[in-house]
Amino acid sequence: MSEASSETNQIPFSQPIIQLENVSVSYRLPSERIGTFKEYAIRKLQRKIKITKFWALTDISLQINRGEVFGLIGNNGAGKSTMLKVISKVLKPTKGRVVVYGKIAPLLELGAGFHPELSGRENVFLNGALLGYSRSEMESVFDEIVEFSELEQFINAPVRTYSSGMFARLGFAVATAHVPEILILDEILSVGDEAFQRKCNHRMKNFQQAGTTVLMVSHALDMLEGMCNRIAWIDHGKIQGVGEPQEVIEAYRGENL
Amino acid sequence: MASNSKPVYDSASYRVSAISELKELGKYRYLLGQLIRRDILTRYKRSVLGVAWTMLNPLGTMLILTFVFSNFFKSAVLHYPVYILSGLLVWNFFSQGTNAAISGLVWGGSLLKRIYIPSSVFGVSAIGTALVNLVLSLVPLVIVMLVDGASFYVSMVFLPVSILLLTAFTLGFGLFISSLAVFFPDVAEMYQVLLTAWMYLTPIIYPESLIAAKWMPFYQINPMYWMVKMFRLPIFEGRLPYWHEFLPALAWAVGMLLIGWIYFTSKTEEYAYRV
Repeated sequence: MSEASSETNQIPFSQPIIQLENVSVSYRLPSERIGTFKEYAIRKLQRKIKITKFWALTDISLQINRGEVFGLIGNNGAGKSTMLKVISKVLKPTKGRVVVYGKIAPLLELGAGFHPELSGRENVFLNGALLGYSRSEMESVFDEIVEFSELEQFINAPVRTYSSGMFARLGFAVATAHVPEILILDEILSVGDEAFQRKCNHRMKNFQQAGTTVLMVSHALDMLEGMCNRIAWIDHGKIQGVGEPQEVIEAYRGENL
Repeated sequence: MASNSKPVYDSASYRVSAISELKELGKYRYLLGQLIRRDILTRYKRSVLGVAWTMLNPLGTMLILTFVFSNFFKSAVLHYPVYILSGLLVWNFFSQGTNAAISGLVWGGSLLKRIYIPSSVFGVSAIGTALVNLVLSLVPLVIVMLVDGASFYVSMVFLPVSILLLTAFTLGFGLFISSLAVFFPDVAEMYQVLLTAWMYLTPIIYPESLIAAKWMPFYQINPMYWMVKMFRLPIFEGRLPYWHEFLPALAWAVGMLLIGWIYFTSKTEEYAYRV
């Protein structure tokens, strides 16, 4: 808590919405995965089941406040995505505690969960259901989704006929159809053409005004600097710095040039 | 500041249990319906005859088996085509449902790694899809009965109970085997071999009367023996099952459902790490 308010004099965001307390996450290394019963039985008998742990996150403590746009930066494999997963209930932390005071709307990786043979319309409802919405919730925003994604003419065609840009637009439109309390974006705003990107950014601004907390991962540092209130830099599963976007990005660039 | 007293998610108190997963499934019932819908719509999307294949498929298999085996078994079974088809429907439901549960969880795994979804939704929707197919394939069964001149007994009103027992057993087994397949990928392959053996150990294409009396106790260990029996008795013998026939089926159905559900949910927190 003190960490957030000590950054600046004014305290625009003081109500915690996501809290990570000494969070660590370990994966088993893929080479240690045992694929067959035989292998399992033999190793079990020989007491050779050694679990080599890989710590994707170590001892992360962080607080994100209500209404903030918070960015995560770091090299590939630094633990950014793992952190999003721990926050969105996908992974349970190996150690430590995660507390979230709000409903999370995750943004699916574009097209994940889309079925190529189904029409755009059918996929909107399927995707919405995957995100946890009900039928009536999806019906109330359907027209707006079609309009936002600019797919009026194609909404009844199977999505296998869509271009990757159309795919991306529809995916974004579904995931952001409702004003969420917490929105999680994993490297997504960098798709689509420039006009659509402007539209996305505009929608994000609206969310911000409506009080949505946004948590985003991206390698587009300039964009993050323009959008975020605070940024955390993660490296090898540890936080290297949190605070003013400009400062953190400078430090990150200094290390990686 | 103090307004947000109650967290929506707290990893310290979050634990997936058999009960909590049931509640989550209730919340995601719309997704359940959407997944069943998707599977039924997309399976035959590009074929001309579409969903009709659900009915034509067992019909075709029945015709082949009748043609091949009728000389062997015809004298032993009256209305052999009806006998085969009724057994096949039960077996197809079981094998398709459990296989779909395995592939559903593996497919769903790519989503489970990205967003939160109750993982049981894939297995339950797989069995739901199989159930829709089973109900649809009752149509060709009725047609074959009419063509073959078999009688329709009042006891057939018992069939919904038979289907319910079969569904419970299949769901429990599907959840169990799909959970195993997440941890041991070889299970999915082994299961195909097991299914073939299992089918021949169940009286589906051959009449029960051909089983020697001394082997009967072994046949009766097989839960699918009881499931097929529940389905066939009302159609063939025109009677309700006796208690000593009904109770084993009930015990298998309830027991397997409980075991499968409890085992599946006890592993749920690990799936996102493993699939």
